[in-house]
Amino acid sequence: MTSLERVERPAAWAEPPAPVRFILDSWTIAEGELRKLRHDPTELLTRAVQPLLWLLIFGQVIGSTRAIPTGSLDYNDFLAPGILAQSALFSAIFFGIAVIWERDLGVLHKYLVSPAARSALVTGKALAGGLRALVQATMVYALALVMGVHLRLDPLSIIGVCLVVVIGSAAFATFSLVIACLVRTRERFMGIGQILTMPLFFASSAIYPISIMPGWLKVIAQGNPLTYQVDALRGLMVQGSVESFPLGLDFAVLIVSTVILIVIAARLYPRLAQ
Amino acid sequence: MPPAISTQELTRRFDALTAVDALTLEVEAGEVFGLLGPNGAGKSTTIKMLITLLPPSGGTASVAGYDIRREPRLVRRSIGYVPQLLSSDGALSARENLMTSARLYHLPGPDQRTRIDEALEFMGLESSADRLVRTFSGGMIRRLEIAQAMLHRPEVLFLDEPTVGLDPTARRAVWGHIRGLRQAEGTTILLTTHYMDEAAELCGRVGFMHLGKLVALGTPAELSAQAGPGKSLDDAFSYFTGSELSEAGEQGGQYRDVARTRRTARRLG
Repeated sequence: MTSLERVERPAAWAEPPAPVRFILDSWTIAEGELRKLRHDPTELLTRAVQPLLWLLIFGQVIGSTRAIPTGSLDYNDFLAPGILAQSALFSAIFFGIAVIWERDLGVLHKYLVSPAARSALVTGKALAGGLRALVQATMVYALALVMGVHLRLDPLSIIGVCLVVVIGSAAFATFSLVIACLVRTRERFMGIGQILTMPLFFASSAIYPISIMPGWLKVIAQGNPLTYQVDALRGLMVQGSVESFPLGLDFAVLIVSTVILIVIAARLYPRLAQ
Repeated sequence: MPPAISTQELTRRFDALTAVDALTLEVEAGEVFGLLGPNGAGKSTTIKMLITLLPPSGGTASVAGYDIRREPRLVRRSIGYVPQLLSSDGALSARENLMTSARLYHLPGPDQRTRIDEALEFMGLESSADRLVRTFSGGMIRRLEIAQAMLHRPEVLFLDEPTVGLDPTARRAVWGHIRGLRQAEGTTILLTTHYMDEAAELCGRVGFMHLGKLVALGTPAELSAQAGPGKSLDDAFSYFTGSELSEAGEQGGQYRDVARTRRTARRLG
């Protein structure tokens, strides 16, 4: 039957046009996430411990062997951007667990019943995932300074680093969201999260240059967005470092990956509430 | 007045299971309607379709005059929903929760603060507005959730088991607020519940669902009378939905759902 006639009613209040709503709604979601961090920053602070260990212990030990060819760079200079990318990755990749938690609680259902576009809900989450990583960036910078890493401290480089960190983490947080939508339970998610992080990390130029990888791993590394994030960070963060790819390509890969992942996540997101 | 909710042959299948089987139902504007039935009867699946969280396998439905398939965004703009689970974010304060909703519904800027203050006052939460919700009692969380779902003055409010896990005093307080809302705003309310006293107390009409089908429809008094002289709505429940426990049809009775409901109940209690 098609007798479900639509009753025309004057809208109770005017809404901004769709593109404006998209931006406002994304920000509303992201801001909510950031407020939660402000109420309880424990998680962020504990996540800062890991890069500390990598830089202080791994960096010192491996650096002293001079086993990894890093050209004219000191190993610590080479490592610092890689560890920044790694710590941002490790925290972003478990972002999905919070979404599964929201699903189990019912918070997610409420957002999906609101008029906000699914893509805006996902973009807001991605943005929050990206902005969180700035805290880690600050930690790594502070530590790197203390350790005498030759950081570039001009404002332009720092802005560049912030952008790369936010976009890269947004990409991995969205990737995590996609996985959460597919597996739907915390138990399965934890398993898959563990399986994914190590290959992403080792098949990138985070702790050794691509040039020393075996051929098959080089191919994988060149398809890994983390490689481009590390590459851009290395160029922007450390004095005298040489990038493997043009900075424009690094940004392009990160932005395109983020957009593709957001599109996929926006399609899958409603499945979580079914 | 056109009906607030209208479904025609609304159907949802999950693989071999037909959770909602050709449901045809009309809920009048301003009515408090109760959808009752055992676990797995199809109540929650029906609600999920009406609030556009789950696409139907067949049939049509409209909510507040909008087609749930063709105009999902307009449906969402016109409804409020309080899930059975906890929907307020415990890591935010009550005011922050409300502010998020006000913004997602794009309430006009100057109205946002007024509406939020009104909602807090109406639900008796004004003195706890800036506390984190995870420090709230179960009854307070429910009241906040209802306030949040009502912030944009929806035409239709969906309440899925609104008082599950609450103590008798908190239940009565929630009932009072639901009745007050209907009087103050004329909101149409569709609720599901397992408590027959709640249905008899709040609902103008109730429908019994069993194995995905609507098996009885009427006022609580009419349905009680149909079960026999001197019978209650509890008796009517058993009379219409049968006493046998169906194993095959128990979709909402799965282990995971039970665990979840109990967890909710524990957090609320």
